[in-house]
Amino acid sequence: MTDVVVIGGGVAGMEAAGQLAGSGYKVILVEKNPYAGGNLRNWYHLFPDRRNGNDVTGYLEKLVKSPNIEILYNTCVTGITEGKGKFTVTASGGQVLEAEAVIVATGFDLFNSRRKEEYGYGIYRNVISSADLEMMFRNGSVKMADGGTPGSVGFIHCVGSRDEKSGNLYCSKLCCITAVKQAMEIHEKIKGVKTFCFYMDMRMGGAYYEEIYREAQEKYGVSFIRGKVSEVSQNIQGKLIIKAEDTLAGRPLKMELDLVVLMAGMEMSEAGGNLARMSSLRQGENRFFATADNHIASNRSNIKGVFYAGSCTAPMNITETISHSRAAVTEVINFLRDKSRR
Amino acid sequence: MIMNEPDSKRIWSEYQKEIADDHYFYVRSCIRQSFFPGSEQFFLKMMREILRKDVYENPSHTTCTGIGYHTDIVPFETIMTVIARHFALMKEAGYKNIAISCVTSFGIYTEIIETWKHFPDTLEKTREYLFKATGREFDVPENMAHTSDIVYKFRNEIASMAKYRLVNRHTGKPLRVVEHIGCHYSKMFPKYGVGGAEFPKVLSGMIEAWGGEVVDYPERRHCCGFGFRQYIVQANRGYSLSNSIKKFESMKPYRPDFIITNCPGCNMFMDRWQYTIREMEGRTYGENGLSIPVLTYEEVAGLVLGINPWELGLQYHMVQPEPLIDKMGIEYSHSDKFITKDGRPLPEPGKLINV
Repeated sequence: MTDVVVIGGGVAGMEAAGQLAGSGYKVILVEKNPYAGGNLRNWYHLFPDRRNGNDVTGYLEKLVKSPNIEILYNTCVTGITEGKGKFTVTASGGQVLEAEAVIVATGFDLFNSRRKEEYGYGIYRNVISSADLEMMFRNGSVKMADGGTPGSVGFIHCVGSRDEKSGNLYCSKLCCITAVKQAMEIHEKIKGVKTFCFYMDMRMGGAYYEEIYREAQEKYGVSFIRGKVSEVSQNIQGKLIIKAEDTLAGRPLKMELDLVVLMAGMEMSEAGGNLARMSSLRQGENRFFATADNHIASNRSNIKGVFYAGSCTAPMNITETISHSRAAVTEVINFLRDKSRR
Repeated sequence: MIMNEPDSKRIWSEYQKEIADDHYFYVRSCIRQSFFPGSEQFFLKMMREILRKDVYENPSHTTCTGIGYHTDIVPFETIMTVIARHFALMKEAGYKNIAISCVTSFGIYTEIIETWKHFPDTLEKTREYLFKATGREFDVPENMAHTSDIVYKFRNEIASMAKYRLVNRHTGKPLRVVEHIGCHYSKMFPKYGVGGAEFPKVLSGMIEAWGGEVVDYPERRHCCGFGFRQYIVQANRGYSLSNSIKKFESMKPYRPDFIITNCPGCNMFMDRWQYTIREMEGRTYGENGLSIPVLTYEEVAGLVLGINPWELGLQYHMVQPEPLIDKMGIEYSHSDKFITKDGRPLPEPGKLINV
């Protein structure tokens, strides 16, 4: 029997599996994709220090190279049951895994920007998502659909976050800082480009975030406009037209842009939602997994022996995800120790 | 069309509504039956004689009082009771599917039904008001559709019987069509509209089925200019006009062949204001100094099916349709344009445009 089954091979799952393995526990890591690394694999530079995301992925890949870890790729969990002090996890490959404890690390999915139809993602070719822009950065250049270099770029914050129409009332926490980082990176790649961030509130609640926000304004000249964009359309020349309200100036605003970037929020992952439906794991009103206690048991679920790690419980950045995973590992080790004493 | 077609179609497909197949209780529009009555007449003819559907209308049906409601003259309790009376007429006639001709009314019906869903006490109070006032009882319809939804539903059947297509016979290219959806069709409750609020499919689906090309232009979603108070309060009429100008200026570079609407007010204002702008400033928005014909979906369906344009009542628009029907290759006679069916001459307006 395995000690722990970890569901999800993103940052949280890899960190948890690696830490458990390092402490001598046998782990099976179940990952739905043919590779591990999760959403981080799609990100170019990380904030606040703009380090390459591959550095962190490299650290995690090294961490999970352990004889104590078996990784099942291309595998989805199809059920979790508990009986006689152990968990039975069934998987899409027909595997029946028995374990003393389970860590759920199913992470988040990026909000599908097509759901905000008024912004024209998937309709107008020069409306892209923040993840699409990261891929452009990785590929070395930021281009419009026709291959031209954009002279003006708009960033729309809170796409699928703090938005009743999308069904997501919560703040995804990382989109503001991502927009600031991406705007600066665009300035570094394109000389003379004009950038505009349309925001409701700038939520710079992380270490050095506020400093970057200031740098974006002072060093790069990024314009921050406080107001939501109501719609994006396209004129006959193929330029994007945005309508917004500048709430500080107190007037409506209409602007022509070459490229619009939608700062997509974070949602409970589809895999996490499926897991909740097939088990008795509880979800909160925001559809992320509900933790046993917001303050002192944020890794515990409503099932004793099933623990949470990372952004399956709420939007988190990489730093928080890794810290949360390590805390989950501490909880699991304590649980297994108590169990063996009984 | 500049849009990324497959994705836009995918988005539209996510907002589908159930539209009854037959047996409709029809409620007319005050504006449509007054200003371009041929549309409603042809809708009934098409449904009954061409598509062979059962459509019933009751002469005791009244205005929904929507314009009064939107100008703060008619209280909500009153309009709910008026609508409840319409539902009572429907119940008495044994119908369960309502077909609404007017977009303002459609918005009113959706608002009231949603209110009753969320506030059952209000529904019970309305039952009480109606019973006390008229002795009538009502049921909420099982299916509610705007008549443009119904024409959308049967668009392919109409296409299969088409005598003409929305194609320029001189160039062989699809006609470029601006579709304008009334704000109250789905902006308040996207789920009640085919295609939702941002990219409604109801009219664009007809255009595509009948051979035309939809024009996507920046002010596609902007108000036609009517906006109730913008026009009804006389001092605001410049605001009404300026909104219409914004739309016309935005669509002009795309050289649209015509505009199709599903809302009575939108049709009237986009048609009449082109005349006003031309008179005031000499500006026009169509090709070759002409204005853009503004048609209802029934009129377009009628043209496609080969109905005489004058039987459809196209001559009652301010912007005359001849340039469009010439492009479609439709045969018509100039001499019977202002003649009644029994041959009597009709008074001919003096300042029609596009003639």
